[in-house]
Amino acid sequence: MNTRRRVSTRTVLVVGLLVALVLAGVVSYYASASPDGLNRVAGDLGFAGAEQASRTQDGPLAGYETAGVDGRWSGGLAGVIGCLVVLALTTGLMLVRRRSAQPTTVGGE
Amino acid sequence: MHVPDGFLDAPTSIATAGVAAVAVTIALRGARREVDDRIAPLAGLVATFVFATQMLNFPVAGGTSGHLMGGALAAVLVGPYTGLLCLTVVLAVQSLLFADGGITALGTNVVLMGVVTVVVGYLVFRAAQLVLPKRLSMVAPAAALGALVSVVLAAATFVGLYVVGGAVPIPLDTLLTAMVGVHVLIGIGEAVITFLVVASIVAVRPDLVHGARRVLDVRPLETRVSA
Repeated sequence: MNTRRRVSTRTVLVVGLLVALVLAGVVSYYASASPDGLNRVAGDLGFAGAEQASRTQDGPLAGYETAGVDGRWSGGLAGVIGCLVVLALTTGLMLVRRRSAQPTTVGGE
Repeated sequence: MHVPDGFLDAPTSIATAGVAAVAVTIALRGARREVDDRIAPLAGLVATFVFATQMLNFPVAGGTSGHLMGGALAAVLVGPYTGLLCLTVVLAVQSLLFADGGITALGTNVVLMGVVTVVVGYLVFRAAQLVLPKRLSMVAPAAALGALVSVVLAAATFVGLYVVGGAVPIPLDTLLTAMVGVHVLIGIGEAVITFLVVASIVAVRPDLVHGARRVLDVRPLETRVSA
């Protein structure tokens, strides 16, 4: 038999979430600021000028900066907020899916 | 590779939005079969992790960066239908809250970084699984291969869309060479990250990894009897 202690699902979820929050909140500060592959190609080949500013560019988190927070933690805070929003939306979506998927399999109380 | 507004014309953007809507509808139906009590919370984690990792641009070549797209990773971890739903949530939040990727380009971005990377990543992963030995240790390498190919094909798909509805005329071969060239490098980064994440979860809880289920199913046949 497997003698290794089984890591609980809760542990996997909590550790995974902490890793994501640290990546978005702290490590993101050290991310490369160079243009990404598409933006680089657009600049090199001459269609970067076609870019139109996003209609959400004046939002409080636009550009991964938190409005009203300057310096070191502005991006990290935006990242953490983004993580929590994504987590809430996805989990909510999955709960709705799951409920509609098993309307009769769960026994009554 | 979040496409901003303006790179592609309106008809092309409307067409990609239509394709994205159909794909997400199919994913919502398909996810019913994938989403059980274990997958539901994992999907939230996968989407959150993809969002966080997409903030981490890594340098690939002189003055250029790339980041994880995450379609192959999500498809292997929670299944392709649920994976597409995860990527769609991430891309929508990025576009609406962070002004990362245009609003009219959201459909394009869901097609490129959602549909293409999830479908290609998962198909290559499954094909690799058929060829490779049926062992848990092969799940992460197969996922990494899917990740690499998925990024390159997403870049090639952008080129295809640009040829149809690009803002400024660019010769096809010039654009294809440039896009595929840089995205092979980004794809290698994608493969490394995908390998590390999948290998980590397979190491502690392989039963939570959608793409490892088939391997786990055959494992009892390999049980060794201690002498």
